[in-house]
Amino acid sequence: MIEREKVLDALSGVRDPELDEPITDLRFVAGVEISGDEVEVRLRLPTYFCAPNFAYLMAADAKAAALSVPGVREARVRLEDHFTSEEINAGIARNSDFEETFTGLADGELDELRELFRRKAFVARGERLFRELMREGHSPEDLAALRVGDLPESETAQKYLERRAELGLDVSPESPLVVDPEGNRVPEEAVVAHLRFARMTRVSIEGNASLCRGLLRTRYGLAGKEEALL
Amino acid sequence: MYEKDGEKYFVVDGHVHYWDASPENTANKYGEGFIKCFYDYHKNLSPEEYIWPFEKYRKYSAEEMMHDLFEVGYVDVAIFQSTYLSDFYHNGFNTAERNSILKERHPDKFIVNGSFEPRLGEAGLENFERQAREQGWQGVKLYTAEWHEDSKGWKLDDYWSLKHLEKCAELGIKNIHVHKGPTIWPLNRDSFDVADVDRVASMYPELNFIVEHVGLPRLEDFCWIGTQEPNVYGGLAVAMPFIYAKPRYFAQVLGELLYWLGEDRLLFASDYALWHPKWIVEMFVDFEYPGDAEFDDYAEVTPDIKRKILGLNAARLYDIEVPEELQLITADQGTGFDVEEKPATER
Repeated sequence: MIEREKVLDALSGVRDPELDEPITDLRFVAGVEISGDEVEVRLRLPTYFCAPNFAYLMAADAKAAALSVPGVREARVRLEDHFTSEEINAGIARNSDFEETFTGLADGELDELRELFRRKAFVARGERLFRELMREGHSPEDLAALRVGDLPESETAQKYLERRAELGLDVSPESPLVVDPEGNRVPEEAVVAHLRFARMTRVSIEGNASLCRGLLRTRYGLAGKEEALL
Repeated sequence: MYEKDGEKYFVVDGHVHYWDASPENTANKYGEGFIKCFYDYHKNLSPEEYIWPFEKYRKYSAEEMMHDLFEVGYVDVAIFQSTYLSDFYHNGFNTAERNSILKERHPDKFIVNGSFEPRLGEAGLENFERQAREQGWQGVKLYTAEWHEDSKGWKLDDYWSLKHLEKCAELGIKNIHVHKGPTIWPLNRDSFDVADVDRVASMYPELNFIVEHVGLPRLEDFCWIGTQEPNVYGGLAVAMPFIYAKPRYFAQVLGELLYWLGEDRLLFASDYALWHPKWIVEMFVDFEYPGDAEFDDYAEVTPDIKRKILGLNAARLYDIEVPEELQLITADQGTGFDVEEKPATER
């Protein structure tokens, strides 16, 4: 018997690429049905016109996540109430890549897009971490001298390092802490400017996530108070 | 005009609609999805007492609009940003033709912006020029996500778009409002990408590019372009209503915009009937940053800055006459407008 909890746990590893949060936290998973060794995952999004490329990525990732649960032989994903539901559901069912799913509308796959948003998310995660360190008394100059190994343990630090490793950037203890999206050390004199730009990226991603949560709640009449108003 | 604590504010609402999304005018499921999506924005971000029933939201009367904007909403002049969506609505969503009905009745209250459709090529360009001359357009609203036949969107630096922008420059249509996304060609790229704004803004320094909803959801890309191109402006439609539902987020967005673009390049807009201008104007005039450390390095938003954002910046772009007593109080103390003019460059 496949446990629902296991499937949800696997789905919590799927992130909205743009918002950098698990689709389970965002309440995009509308339902999970298990019958024997088959799983069906229903997904929903904040608006009818959410970008199809991100929708496809989440649907494809959700299918892979469901299939990764031991004992699951077949997984179906159904994206609901979206203007490209039909195309995406058919494409995912056939294991089509993105271009095949949207014949004539795409001129490539989504690796570049995913990569672009991973870098933005990485910058934003860094800003959160550095801000936390500065609250604890570090100056921007200190930050420039810190190495990964100097990081105190915290959830923020762990998330930051996960994102950094995901991009294939150096996370060894002796590597510099503050690096640009390509992994180059940010020199002391550039740290303040780097933080300024990173902050805008963080504000943007957090704001989008907050709006998406609100719209989803409104769209589906979901109960529950909105999380701390940003 | 709005007055509070002895301060007076001239209000230009930079983005309003007189739309028709009634069931009779809705052509297909996309049109249905579109207005429902708008309605969720309306419901999610408005104070409860301002939420309309869905039926009214689909199509409201001219009288209701006049009342909301001018009788109770403090608006002095409103700018129609015509949005066609001809593939979604039989007679279009809010076309220049429909908006002109109100303009004809109340010529001093409204400015109607036109639009162009680059995918109509040469014939479209001729038609655009004729309409623009007839109507005396001062600006255009461009919606790059508009569907047209097989096409699901276009870019500002497409060949026929450039031809139209050239025509705008020639005709003196200097205000180009750009509503980004979600464009879906090519579908594999970021559909809110604002890089084409950057390119056309450098090509046409004599035109002003007002990016609607300040590039949201790509605030960071928009701000970056704004620092590079002095003729790029931010339209605050969609960003303004966060002031109620998500005040901390609003404060951060405003702080970032003022830091990166400055106080002379931001334009107030309610996006009516998405949101009602009354509560937005009232809350904006009362606005101050939250007291915690997160906001320490943002400079105070003074009444003069609010005056610029609420109306004076738009009045300057559209040559709207502003009564003397509503001008900047401190204009003669060296805190007036400071928009850097970029020298014309070879295209």
